[in-house]
Amino acid sequence: MTSEFAVEMRDVVKRFITPEGSEMAAVDHVTMQIKNGEFFSMLGSSGCGKTTSLRMIAGFEWPTEGEVFIEGKPMGHTPPFQRKVNTVFQSYALFQHMSVFQNVAFGLEMEGAAKDEIEKRVKRALEMVQLTGMERRRPKQLSGGQQQRVALARALVKTPDVLLLDEPLGALDLKLRKEMQLELKALQQQLGITFIYVTHDQEEALTMSDRIAVMSKGKVQQMGTPVEIYERPSNKFVADFIGESNFIEGKIKSLSGNEACVFVPSLNAELIGMPISDGLVKGEEVTVCIRPEKIHIAEKNAVNQNMFRATVTNTVYIGVDTKVFVDAHGAKLKVWEQNRISRLDPKSFYTVGQEIWLMLMPENTLVLKKD
Amino acid sequence: MNPFRRSPFVITATVLVYFFLYAPIVGLILYSFNASRANVTFEGFIPSFSERVVMDGSLVKSSPCGLFHWYCDLAKNDDVIEAAGNTLTIAFTATIIATVIGTMAAISLQRYDFKIKPFSQLSLYIPIVIPEIVMGIGALTLFSQFFGWVNDAFNLSGDARLSLGMTTVTVSHIAFMVPFVTLVVQARLQGFDKSYEEAAMDLGANEWTTFRRVTFPMILPGVLSGALLAFTLSLDDFVITFFTNGPGSTTLPIYVYGLLRRIITPQVNALSTVWILIVFTAVLLLQVIQSREQKQH
Repeated sequence: MTSEFAVEMRDVVKRFITPEGSEMAAVDHVTMQIKNGEFFSMLGSSGCGKTTSLRMIAGFEWPTEGEVFIEGKPMGHTPPFQRKVNTVFQSYALFQHMSVFQNVAFGLEMEGAAKDEIEKRVKRALEMVQLTGMERRRPKQLSGGQQQRVALARALVKTPDVLLLDEPLGALDLKLRKEMQLELKALQQQLGITFIYVTHDQEEALTMSDRIAVMSKGKVQQMGTPVEIYERPSNKFVADFIGESNFIEGKIKSLSGNEACVFVPSLNAELIGMPISDGLVKGEEVTVCIRPEKIHIAEKNAVNQNMFRATVTNTVYIGVDTKVFVDAHGAKLKVWEQNRISRLDPKSFYTVGQEIWLMLMPENTLVLKKD
Repeated sequence: MNPFRRSPFVITATVLVYFFLYAPIVGLILYSFNASRANVTFEGFIPSFSERVVMDGSLVKSSPCGLFHWYCDLAKNDDVIEAAGNTLTIAFTATIIATVIGTMAAISLQRYDFKIKPFSQLSLYIPIVIPEIVMGIGALTLFSQFFGWVNDAFNLSGDARLSLGMTTVTVSHIAFMVPFVTLVVQARLQGFDKSYEEAAMDLGANEWTTFRRVTFPMILPGVLSGALLAFTLSLDDFVITFFTNGPGSTTLPIYVYGLLRRIITPQVNALSTVWILIVFTAVLLLQVIQSREQKQH
């Protein structure tokens, strides 16, 4: 390994000409460093630039500006067939006119490997994805999950430094997808290969990744571990995109160290001891962000701090949780309460119109710059 | 059950369509076994075999080939053999060249964006909708004008003089075949996912290997359908060939037309029957290819 980073994107811009003739930056000054052996995900909704970034690493697109490095070497206009990365395509792109064996052997043939060497390695790759015995089948004769495995074996048999995966589980049903998520993660750990994984499914990204880059409008919004991304979203977009959040508009009333007192007009209350990020000043308009599962519901005002009254407007029972929608002085909030107790007794439910108390724990809230 | 299935209208229409489509063909085949040399009315089948052909006026009484007298007669006709040879030579050569050009055109129209692309696409339809006779006359004018210039400019004489012949027919056939091939291959490429090619390149294949090992095999059914369509069009082309052929490049349609102007013997019917069989086989092949293709997708 010549470089600490398997893949590095340095200030990469990719502009396309739209059919109307104007320029559009699909990837807008993206810098990322992906470490060797890391399971790295690019997460975002369609059009956020994640697939274009992946395609630039694979060599299907070339950056308009900036540079992609693989193993420390600048890639420039190196064609895909000269890069030591392999891709698992969203559509699998299995060659329909070839058998499973021929599909997996294709990449080795291109390397000019000897026949018995090819046979040995294909066999091992198919074993790895549990497709032994399927060698002679055509891709059309396989189920979606099996096709997915062939695509994986076809890329892995080349023993790439980096495996690029473009929403590889998108076409599978939920149950199979969840199985494959864990399998992929296990495979990655076993092989020690760097995986760069593109997905729009946040749960998928959180389940598998060592680190995630949340992308939107061609830019990286935040990069970090799943825990960091979920617990400490760096802006409102990330807080809203990953999981669900309540946003409460407020204003910093006073600051002391890393804590702030935020006045929230809609609650007509002050939130005390809120942890803040750098760069916020007194009097600044802020957004207080709190996850629905991190708001506590209390029968009465016990601590008298960071508590306020609310009225239940609706409840939805979804098995694991009960979703409680409340109105606090006009602010609409959502609270997820885990069903630790049986809700068979109707009295255990909150009823619409019921008055409750909400409690915010300072360590569970985030104060973000208002955008 | 479909309420229209048994309606008298549907039955009548079906019978009429089949009658007018196939009665002439059945009649034509039947008359190829006609005992009468005049071949105006059907005078019964040729009854028996004999060492030599026995005639009674214009009626064949017996023949070494029996019922297939006119087919044997045909096989002995050197002009027919030559015309058949010419037809197949032209059809094969033109098909191969037109298929290569048409496939390349289809791929570039599918893959690349260029300024004159809308014009190129439109220009493909023009030869298809333009009356064949216009194309034939156009080709004739072009060739004679061009050949005239070249012959005069280089003072060519005798055999060296450029003139109409196999080459001009083949070139004209290529010209009208290319749009058909292009459109058929293009239809096939419409659903072709670019990621197959990207996958091949990703696995280490360069552009040419990608085309040879992945793109071409995947579009092959479309290329074959286009080629077969072009081949059958060339086999039975009369109008364009009529204008562009010269000495020694008589094709079967031109030859049959020539025969008809003199005397219609059942030999013409025998020839037509053989021809129908060949074209029918080609069409059948086309159908098999297309249905296999549909099964795959």
